[in-house]
Amino acid sequence: MPMNPTRKRRLTIVVSILVAAAIAAVLVVLALQNNMNYLLTPSQVQSGEAGSYKTFRLGGMVKAGSIQRSNDSLKVTFTVVDAGGAMPVEYTGILPDLFRDNQSVIATGHMDNAHFIATEVLAKHDETYMPKELKDAMAKAHADKKIEEETAVQDKMP
Amino acid sequence: MSNWIPLWLHKLGSPPTFYRFAGTLQPWAMTLALLLGAIALYGGLVLAPADYQQGDAYRIIFIHVPSAEMSMFIYAVMGVAAFIALVWRIKLAEVVAMESAPIGAAFTFITLITGSLWGKPMWGTWWTWDARLTSELVLLFLYLGVIGLYHAFEDRRQGARAAAFLAIIGIINVPIVHFSVNWWNTLHQGSTINVFGQSKMSWDMLWPLLTMMLATKFYYAASLFRRVRTDLLALEGGKDWVRKIAEDEAKS
Repeated sequence: MPMNPTRKRRLTIVVSILVAAAIAAVLVVLALQNNMNYLLTPSQVQSGEAGSYKTFRLGGMVKAGSIQRSNDSLKVTFTVVDAGGAMPVEYTGILPDLFRDNQSVIATGHMDNAHFIATEVLAKHDETYMPKELKDAMAKAHADKKIEEETAVQDKMP
Repeated sequence: MSNWIPLWLHKLGSPPTFYRFAGTLQPWAMTLALLLGAIALYGGLVLAPADYQQGDAYRIIFIHVPSAEMSMFIYAVMGVAAFIALVWRIKLAEVVAMESAPIGAAFTFITLITGSLWGKPMWGTWWTWDARLTSELVLLFLYLGVIGLYHAFEDRRQGARAAAFLAIIGIINVPIVHFSVNWWNTLHQGSTINVFGQSKMSWDMLWPLLTMMLATKFYYAASLFRRVRTDLLALEGGKDWVRKIAEDEAKS
C-alpha cells in the first residue's frame, strides 16, 4: 500500500493527537506529582513536609524491638524509621498478619505533638518470593560470613 | 500493490484468508492454553514451595500476575491495531482492535479482583488509592469506554473508528501502570519478574508463573481468533466467500 495523500493526512492527524495526549498526560502527572505520592517518610515529616496536611500516610520500617502492646487493650506503640529519621506511632486496632519487626508499614493518621496517631496500619511487602528453607539458608550464610569477617579482623589485630 | 509490505502479510489481512488461517490455528492455540494452564496450576498450587513471609497466600500470584500482564499486553495489541485501522482503514485491524477489548477488560477485572483478595490478608486492606491500583482501574474504564463507544454507533465501522481513537489515546496509561511502582511511593511492591536481569523469585516458583503467562497468551490468541471469525462473517455477510461457506455448511 503506497502512502497516498489521504493516508499521509490521516497518519499526521493520528500521530499529532497521540503526541498531544501524551504531552497532556505528562503535564497532568507532573502537576500532580506532589499529591501522587502515597506516603511520607519519617525524615520527610521531620523536615516539615507534612506541615500542610491534616492527615497523611507515614511509611517506613518498624524498628526492631520497638513494638509495645498494651496488656488490657488493642493499643500498640512502635517506632517507624527510614534512613534518616524515626517517628513514634500509636495505634489501636487489629494489625495485618505481616506486621512485625523490620517490616515495611504504611500508617494513616495525624500528628499529635511529636507522636503520630494512626487510624489504619497497612503492611507493605517486597517483591521477593522464595521458600523458607532458602531464606533461612541465606540468612545463615550471611551470619556465617559476618563471623568469618569478624574473626579475620580479629586475627589481623596484634 | 506495494513492495514494503510482504505479499503474505498483505494476503493475511484479507478477510477470507484470515478467516481460514484463524480457523486452522484456533483449536491448537486453545489446546496449548489449556495444557500449559493445567501444568502451571499444578506447578504453582502443588509443586511450588510456600513463601518465606506470605506462606501459602502468595499462590494467588499465579493468577494475578499473568492477568495483570495480559491486561497491558492486550491493550498494547489493541492500540497498535487501532492505529493501523485509523491510518490504513484495514478492516481486519478494526476487528482485531474491537474484539481485543472485551478480552482485555476481562483480564483487567480478574487482576483487580485477585489483587483485592490478596491485599486484604497481606496488606490489611481490600483497596487503596495508590498509583498502581488506581492506574489499573483507569485501564478497566478505558476498556469499558472502548467497548461502549464501539456499540454506541449504528454503523459498526464508524463505531470502530471512534473507539479506535479512544484506544490509542488510552495507550498512554499502559506505561503509567507499568512504571507507577517505580515513579511513586506506592503500597504495591515493585516488579518480581525482570526481563533484563535476575527475577526476584526462586526458580521452583518462577517456572509455573512463566508457564501461566505463556498459557494466557495462547488463550488470548484462541479467544481473539474465534471472535474475529464471527465478526468477519457478520461484516462481510453479502460477499461471495461468506456465501460459499454458508452453502458448504448447508450441504453438510
